[in-house]
Amino acid sequence: MSHADASVSYLQEGRSVWGWLSTTDHKKIGIMYLYTILTFFILAGAAALLVRLELIAPGPTIVDQQVYNILMTFHGAAMVFLFIVPGIPATLGNILLPMMIGAKDVAFPRLNLMSYYVYLVGAMIALISLLSPADTGWTFYAPYSLKSGSLVIWLTLGAFVMGFASIMTGFNFIVTIHRMRCPGLTWNKLPLFIWAMYATSILQVLATPVVGMTLVMLIMERVLDIGIFNPAKGGDPILFESFFWFYSHPVVYIMILPGFGIIGEILPVFSRRPIFGYKAVAYSSLAIALVSFIVWGHHMFVSGMSDWSRWVFSFLTFFVAVPTAIKIFNWIMTLWKGSIHFEAPMLYALGFVFMFSIAGLTGIHLAVLVTDVQLHDTYFVVAHFHYTMQGGTVVALFAGLHYWFPMFTGRRYNEKMAFWGWLMLFIGFNLTFFPQFFLGMEGMPRRYFDYLPQFQTWHAISTVGSWLNGGSYIFILGHLLYAAFRGEKAEQNPYQSLSLEWQTTAPPPTTNFAHTPTFPESIYDYGTMDDGHAGGHSQRKAG
Amino acid sequence: MSASTHALYRDKHPVHEELGGYEGAKLGMWLFLATELLLFGVLFALFFIFHGKFLEPFKAAHHTLDKVMGGLNTVVLIVSSLSVALGLDAIQRGRRKLSMICMGITIALAGTFLVVKYFEYSEKFHHHIFPGNATMLKDDAVHEIVSVDDYIARRNMGPEEAADFKKGVNLFFTFYFMMTGVHGLHVIIGMTVLFIIMLKMGGGRYSHWYYTPVENGALYWHLVDLIWIYLFPLFYLIS
Repeated sequence: MSHADASVSYLQEGRSVWGWLSTTDHKKIGIMYLYTILTFFILAGAAALLVRLELIAPGPTIVDQQVYNILMTFHGAAMVFLFIVPGIPATLGNILLPMMIGAKDVAFPRLNLMSYYVYLVGAMIALISLLSPADTGWTFYAPYSLKSGSLVIWLTLGAFVMGFASIMTGFNFIVTIHRMRCPGLTWNKLPLFIWAMYATSILQVLATPVVGMTLVMLIMERVLDIGIFNPAKGGDPILFESFFWFYSHPVVYIMILPGFGIIGEILPVFSRRPIFGYKAVAYSSLAIALVSFIVWGHHMFVSGMSDWSRWVFSFLTFFVAVPTAIKIFNWIMTLWKGSIHFEAPMLYALGFVFMFSIAGLTGIHLAVLVTDVQLHDTYFVVAHFHYTMQGGTVVALFAGLHYWFPMFTGRRYNEKMAFWGWLMLFIGFNLTFFPQFFLGMEGMPRRYFDYLPQFQTWHAISTVGSWLNGGSYIFILGHLLYAAFRGEKAEQNPYQSLSLEWQTTAPPPTTNFAHTPTFPESIYDYGTMDDGHAGGHSQRKAG
Repeated sequence: MSASTHALYRDKHPVHEELGGYEGAKLGMWLFLATELLLFGVLFALFFIFHGKFLEPFKAAHHTLDKVMGGLNTVVLIVSSLSVALGLDAIQRGRRKLSMICMGITIALAGTFLVVKYFEYSEKFHHHIFPGNATMLKDDAVHEIVSVDDYIARRNMGPEEAADFKKGVNLFFTFYFMMTGVHGLHVIIGMTVLFIIMLKMGGGRYSHWYYTPVENGALYWHLVDLIWIYLFPLFYLIS
């Protein structure tokens, strides 16, 4: 690393296949992760399209029940464990985290590379299960997961191994943020994306071991018939649910917190306004992380728990809304009187705010005990968490991919193509999932292979939407891939962002910066910088 | 041990300043140890839940475990914790040979632990006790080995009570094998780590100004010891 020449970008150095596979450069590892997770994203998305196609009409359409269950399980498990959990932290987080804090690399570069390979091994183990694919749904609920004749063991073992990759990334980031901030970077100046990554990492480190062990118990249960979750042997399947959701509820925030971080970086740049309430936005990430650990019971309102615990969990669940609402209100205040530039990253960010608001507001219906008992395990829930995960996390990931694209690749995407891609995604996504709220309210249960004819209209609309949605991803990713190699050369800081990661060459050298940088006084101070735009005067007052 | 002298050495070497450095490596290790504790935490939590649910069979089943062997292993691990600490102290003071000897002693003690564990396990297997399947119990009052069925007959349990009792005994041994098994796996991993450290020390990799991996290896071994300190009373002593 010491021989690295600051004028040579990381993409030019070590260009051979082996140079990539053996790299300890966080940027290259991030890009390897990116290509890998997007591959799984496309595979899992294809499964989703088949599931939706099956549901276009009542009765068997293209596959039988067994295959339907397999497709649904593959879609869920692959999306969660292979794509969305490593999603932003392993890709944008890996690439940006050291750059944003002015460090040369993460604290443990070799551990970082190892986490990639551990992830890959875990993914391969999980894919072995496709020889006799699991049909349990991604939650592996006992006792069915103990009885199913499929290779549940491989899928859970894969998830267990990938958990280690997640833990490694988590504590690598925590140590990096603690130890490697450049001179001048105090905690209260930390970029919002870094705050989000910090909160995410805490969740990764604290929650993942619990689900890891739970999955090991499930594997043991199948191999040795030990009986901890099997009621016939004195065990308790509800315990599995408790332990599973003790991880998997925080994991929802492992998915969404990095997305919040990206939005917090993009909105100030494209509205040329300082972020409103920096500290509130920053600390609310930590608050969300903490609260996420005490609300898992709301997944089990109808699984058989005491009335008192249902009350308590319902009450506690509302608390998540507080820091989340703080974020949304602060983002909207940041936009207020801003001079908004509708470029692709901003469009995605605004789409995120819109769709995540829907996700948050419908979440209330599921936190309230009375309405949840009605809506539990219906399409309302499906629509709600797709608005969170796809409308939230995936859209945030794409916002970030467009925003930092010139920095990663040194090239520009085509603004017009990016716009059409965004529009397709926005319409396609809402067309797919908004009707599902109505389906759920009318009583259509989730996971079902078949349904009564009265639900067909909404299902048909949803299926048509899913084609537009799926097509938009092919279009967007195809366009970005093309632009990464053939796009026109980008200038160094095309958005005139004040953040540190933009202050080096694009693409950056292997060491990120030619010399150890000093952190700027403020990275969100757009109101005082940019007087050319309308509203500059009032911005200065607000800033 | 004089903390001030090696604090002085520690700050001088450039290796420590590279990337995360000494403090970073320690922070990372502690975070990793926290995840290990959480891993075992799941098992402890499950154990307590079932302990409450099956109090009677758990009490009865724990008498089959050999307190002497368990106690011996506890002593073995405590001594090994001492030897690994002495090994770390030796390398911090630059005494490489002495440190290697201490590491060797630690590895030998870890081996002893596994041998004792092997005898304990094979005794259980001999009595047809496997995870999820237990047929034998040791009767507290008469100090003789009886089957679960005999035990149930002696206590005049009804059929429902007897079925519950059997489930409880099975679950006790499930936890016994799971928790000591996962711990045993950690002993093997710890041994391997210390062995690699010892080899590298022989190759001159560590010295009084660079011993971060030795310290982290020792920390890991202390964790292995610590978890056993909780497992021992949980299974062998509490009744």
